[in-house]
Amino acid sequence: MRVGIAGVGWFGFQPEVVDYSFREMMFKAAQRAYEDAGGLDPRKDVDAFVSCQEDFWEGIAISDEFAPDPVGGAMKSVYTVAGDGLQCVGQAYMMIKSGLFDVVVVESHAKPSDIITLNDVMLFATDPISIRPLDIGNAHALAALEARAYMHKYGVTEEHLEAVVEKAHRAGAKNPRAVYASPGRSRSSSPVVADPLRDADIAKFVDAAVVVVLASDRVIRDYTDAPVWVDGAWWSTEISSLELHDWSFPVHAREAADGAYAQAKITDPAKEVGFAEVDNRYSFKELQHVEALRLAPVGAAKDLMADGAFCPGGRLPVNLSGGALAEGVPFEVHGLARLSYAVAVMRGDIKAQVDRREVAVIHSWRGVPTTTSVVVVLRT
Amino acid sequence: MTSRNLNFKHRVAVVGAGLTLFRSRLQETPQELAWLAARQALDEAGLTLKDIDCVVIGSAPDTFDGVHMKGEYLAEGAGGIHKPTVRVFVGGATGVFVPIAAWWHVASGLCKRVLAVAEEKMSHAAKPHPQYVFRYIWDPIVEKPLNPNLIWIFAMEMHRYMYKCNVKKEDIALVSVKNKRNACGHPSAQLCMPNITVDDVLKSEVLVWPVQLYDISPTSDGAAAVVLASEEEARRITDTPVWIKGIGWTLDTTHWTNRDLAFPEYVRRAAEMAYRMAGIDNPRKQIDVAEPYDPFDYKELHHMEGLGLARKCEAPVLTREGVTQRDGDLPINPSGGLLGVGNPIAAAGLMKVAEIFWQLRGEAGARQVKKPVYTGLAQAWGDLMQAGTVIVMGI
Repeated sequence: MRVGIAGVGWFGFQPEVVDYSFREMMFKAAQRAYEDAGGLDPRKDVDAFVSCQEDFWEGIAISDEFAPDPVGGAMKSVYTVAGDGLQCVGQAYMMIKSGLFDVVVVESHAKPSDIITLNDVMLFATDPISIRPLDIGNAHALAALEARAYMHKYGVTEEHLEAVVEKAHRAGAKNPRAVYASPGRSRSSSPVVADPLRDADIAKFVDAAVVVVLASDRVIRDYTDAPVWVDGAWWSTEISSLELHDWSFPVHAREAADGAYAQAKITDPAKEVGFAEVDNRYSFKELQHVEALRLAPVGAAKDLMADGAFCPGGRLPVNLSGGALAEGVPFEVHGLARLSYAVAVMRGDIKAQVDRREVAVIHSWRGVPTTTSVVVVLRT
Repeated sequence: MTSRNLNFKHRVAVVGAGLTLFRSRLQETPQELAWLAARQALDEAGLTLKDIDCVVIGSAPDTFDGVHMKGEYLAEGAGGIHKPTVRVFVGGATGVFVPIAAWWHVASGLCKRVLAVAEEKMSHAAKPHPQYVFRYIWDPIVEKPLNPNLIWIFAMEMHRYMYKCNVKKEDIALVSVKNKRNACGHPSAQLCMPNITVDDVLKSEVLVWPVQLYDISPTSDGAAAVVLASEEEARRITDTPVWIKGIGWTLDTTHWTNRDLAFPEYVRRAAEMAYRMAGIDNPRKQIDVAEPYDPFDYKELHHMEGLGLARKCEAPVLTREGVTQRDGDLPINPSGGLLGVGNPIAAAGLMKVAEIFWQLRGEAGARQVKKPVYTGLAQAWGDLMQAGTVIVMGI
């Protein structure tokens, strides 16, 4: 049983979507995804719907109550995963592989512009006994500690971070939904937020919704002539106790990648993968994630980055979209943002500078203080 | 709906279950509660964490435990570190949904042994009462400004059911009496009341008429866990696996004001999905024991009818005739249910799955139903009177 992507749709990717409620954003993204999947009818053709969201982001307790109607799922099998959208893709992948479902719709939406106390909400994710009493003033400080540990261990300098930021803005300038892309933006002149992270190292938040239609190989041709196959999907959680996790390397991303590569029968990712979309909500994270995904030896991503290997047109382009640094972070939509861009590149909808578009690897992480990564391998 | 292939490659069994005490205030942290239940389930299956491939966590609103991204936080306690761990969520219906999601982890062939853990710690929540969390479950524009209370809308539902089916409070109180008495056989129970009478229920404090104190389950802290395994693994682990024969769930529209409050159509559809998969066409005859969701006494009746275990408006009659007693023809909530054992939301739903597991294995001790049982069902309910989750298990 093979699982494929039959359609994708997105809406928003604006710093503040003022004219649409989150439910209207879900509806618009769903409508576009269903149109992309050959005019699929959610009331007739879909077996189950999965929504990826978190209560505190929504400002609603039991926010899954609001999942069914905008995607056409009322009185059907709908549930919520409290995780990144890519984890919903992983669940849909399992559901279809079980044989019980043929068509599963994945949805995620985010409206960070509605949140007044975003930093406080982020810190509510820390352990209430061991970390929260420290009263960390800025959640990005946790990422800065990780950055310091990684940079110290592997000799990464601020010039290397500069290269990541520059690449993201250049690539993002060609991505119409990358609202934060600003080629020529100087990292060194942006203010320090939490040393070593400067403002330019930290992705901004963005309002967005993405919907993806997945289907079994048995029925997918009913909806698309150009399926993009999900040949591997795996995730891993490193540890809940922040104080005990590996500060210098994202072990969770390595474990998730190894699981997904094993399913997709990829033995040498650096050679077999054509391009990658990975989490870069902090500039140093792109280097870490490239290494965790075995696209570069551990500690070597900085030099390969400097050589242009991961640039558009390079040996293995990473974040042709510009990633989160250029598009922004739409909370749990982030993984689906990476995935939907990659699908468009693989189908040729987006003319990107990449030689090999047959195999792509997609990665998501949920930001501090979480230690969960999801990795998906796509093939045309 | 496209056609469904019901010939699964991988059969899935439950091979162990665990449960903490259910109490109004436990000293353990949410992580510790999750681990207590998880370890008990592993011990019962004769496994250790090393044997577990994947973990599925269920927990209701983050506001109860007071932690954002509660799944990440609970991962360690639920044994989910360095493993694929996911948290699923369908409000109050989450408890029964956890093994449903765990089912496809195994049925997909991607995991062989899965730990499914549900936890809730309500005593952490807003003061003076966890009920305050429910202030934030409404449509933020249309409903929230009215500051509704959750018991209000269930009072409306109870009233509607009583009116439509011509049911008296005395008949509904029988459910509470049965379940709070049944709970006396349960080592985790919070509200064992061996001598409770219908009169006690009718004289208890009025919360929102017609809902009185003993019509409603308590707020609780607790955790539950089950271990699922593929057929090959299950045969290796135990001589008495309990098979998951059917899964089903449905989410109705968010707009609860437009719902038929007298009959839970979404539960009927969820049951239909599970029955189709399990090959059940006459649930009243083919289900031997059931644990429908009973956060309120009228909900047990409501859900029995939604599940097709009674015809519309027939559940109160079956209850009065003693059919639903532990020694009756169709034992309903032999555990004591949420009314008796307690209601740590997600954990309470999974407690019901654990109860069916123990009943089918003949390991329910003082709670073991009298008749021989081969097929059982657990069901939960949640969101804005909106979600139904159903699991059918058999030996």
